[in-house]
Amino acid sequence: MKICVLVKEVPDAAVQKRIDLATGRMDRSGERNLNPYDTHAIEAAMQIKEGGVLEIDEIVAVTMGPSTAVRALHKAVSLGADRSVHLSDDALAGSDVAATGYALAEALRREAPDIVLLGQQSDDGECYTVGAVVADHLEMPSLTQVIKLDVEPAADGVPARLLCERQAEYGYDTVAVELPAVISVGDAINEPRYPSLKAIMGAKKKRLDTLSAADADLDPTKIGGEHSGARWTAAKAPPKKAAGEIIEDEDTAETVDQIVAWLAERKLI
Amino acid sequence: MSKDILVYALHYDGAFNKNSLGAVSEAVRLAGELGGEAKAIVVGETASTELCASLGHYGATKVYRVAGPEGLAQPVVDAMAQVVRAEGIGYAVFGGGLLGFEIGAGLAARLDAGVAMEVTGIRVEDGRLIAERPILGDTAISEISYRSDVGIVIARLNAFEIAPAGDGEAEVEDVAVEFSAFSTRATMISRGEQRGADVDIEGADILVAGGRGLGRAEGFELCEALAAALGSNSAVAATRAVVDAGWYPYAAQIGQTGKTVAPKLYLAAGISGAIQHKVGMQGAENVVAINKDANAPIFEFSDLGVIGDLNKILPKLTEALKSRAG
Ligand SMILES: Cc1cc2nc3c(=O)[nH]c(=O)nc-3n(C[C@H](O)[C@H](O)[C@H](O)COP(=O)(O)OP(=O)(O)OC[C@H]3O[C@@H](n4cnc5c(N)ncnc54)[C@H](O)[C@@H]3O)c2cc1C
Ligand SMILES: Nc1ncnc2c1ncn2[C@@H]1O[C@H](COP(=O)(O)O)[C@@H](O)[C@H]1O
Repeated sequence: MKICVLVKEVPDAAVQKRIDLATGRMDRSGERNLNPYDTHAIEAAMQIKEGGVLEIDEIVAVTMGPSTAVRALHKAVSLGADRSVHLSDDALAGSDVAATGYALAEALRREAPDIVLLGQQSDDGECYTVGAVVADHLEMPSLTQVIKLDVEPAADGVPARLLCERQAEYGYDTVAVELPAVISVGDAINEPRYPSLKAIMGAKKKRLDTLSAADADLDPTKIGGEHSGARWTAAKAPPKKAAGEIIEDEDTAETVDQIVAWLAERKLI
Repeated sequence: MSKDILVYALHYDGAFNKNSLGAVSEAVRLAGELGGEAKAIVVGETASTELCASLGHYGATKVYRVAGPEGLAQPVVDAMAQVVRAEGIGYAVFGGGLLGFEIGAGLAARLDAGVAMEVTGIRVEDGRLIAERPILGDTAISEISYRSDVGIVIARLNAFEIAPAGDGEAEVEDVAVEFSAFSTRATMISRGEQRGADVDIEGADILVAGGRGLGRAEGFELCEALAAALGSNSAVAATRAVVDAGWYPYAAQIGQTGKTVAPKLYLAAGISGAIQHKVGMQGAENVVAINKDANAPIFEFSDLGVIGDLNKILPKLTEALKSRAG
């Protein structure tokens, strides 16, 4: 069986979320890295493989993004993927989630995976929806935000199933999903392992296929910013909220006095 | 684009989700401006005619009722795609939560439709809808218009107010849907399990909320001691991260798939301030945050931000409040 893991390169959170306390603004320039949520998807793939209930021949990391995105693939391989696929084409730039999901689904179709795993959200996209789009194109059952995943082997003509738990609007749901399936995992599902030095060194030597839009047989009228159904027109600043007070804790007794005074002033205590 | 709007109305245990009702109200307002109608779709085994018709109280003219599994997205995608095509619907609208994201995204794929998520506002311009979505940790708001035949709007939690519109009933029409083969390959085993104690956080004036920064389940003792020192109308709340980890009950969770609260004081300890958490506590009058990371997003929406280690600050704060009271 084959597991494909969707991974994305995003601005590095540690660098990205730098706030200028004077202006309250975020500085988003700087490093890019593997979306931290996707490391949980790779770890989930590794655990399914190591669990041995299903015989997993291969774990393939798949990304869509500019040339720099190969770094996310190398990271994914260092964390356990056997090889990777990079869908990259200028024509894909500016794709919305629907177009992104379509393109990823076509790249995945070539691989014919039994399980597709994703992260709970991309750190920059904040959509948590790519999985649902991909699943519809691949015509596979799907679930997002899964925090527990047990594998049930195929038996008596019933295909193998994943028993998935996730939190939805009314509490925790348990859903049985037949393979092949698309599952996005929540960050509570596991503690991703650290890559070994050997794995980091070896990552660049593993097979990496680069696909153009044509290679993946993408319909050119369905991809890129120009063809996305949702058009992002303008951006404006949100209503300005007065900046809060900030205390840096140096002397905790003093800090506590300040907090108590602040609460008392507002008659909260 | 057609001017009719179809809202997915999520129901559970005999009642509609508040976010779905807000979405119906918003659709009614928008359809009024567009010159169309706001309709709703209900999918389930247990939706009574009376329940479905009650969407008329919020202004929906028609409700399509589809018999199908509850709590799963893909059967609803099948149902909505069928109704949108058959009835020539222009827009599909979802209230905030989780299922709406899965359904809305699946529907976008199925109908080749543009989709905007985390939407906080919608307006009509030149006879079409324009959605507003905050991005980059709410530091900017982008505007989205649709060039597809159908436009899909997935709202952020609590984005739209519920507006009662009299006691007229909506017409209920049963629609038979043949589900896609893959939609039937996921089955609900159990739904809505409440993990942990049944605590009440909605009535409290003061909430001490704890997150992953507490380090372990026992870390919540610090929050409980502080809440006790803050008086009898205080309670302890939590983030999804710690509820998923089993450190604290689900009933105490604030956010997108938890509770929405508006206490007088919300004091966060070891919480980063993710959007999905923020949407459940934005209505708090006063927000105090203790976090050791000066770059934590929560400082962008706190009235008092304390950069420091909660393990040092919480016990001393509790002591100070106790001695003040005593
Ligand atoms: C569809 C969806 C729905 C979701 N629904 C919800 C929801 O309903 N509610 C919700 O809360 N989340 C929800 N989430 C999850 C949300 O995105 C965040 O992952 C979650 O809120 C993070 O919880 P946290 O702040 O406890 O943990 P983290 O983000 O890990 O933050 C921990 C913080 O603690 C700080 N810290 C660590 N140690 C210390 C110390 N010693 N002293 C002080 N500070 C310390 C760190 O600096 C960090 O900022 C949802 C996500 C998705 C995708
Ligand atoms: N461009 C992309 N390439 C590969 N995977 C992606 C891409 N965008 C999103 N994903 C996957 O989809 C998940 C959810 O992302 P999103 O829906 O953007 O929040 C991520 O955690 C990734 O696993």
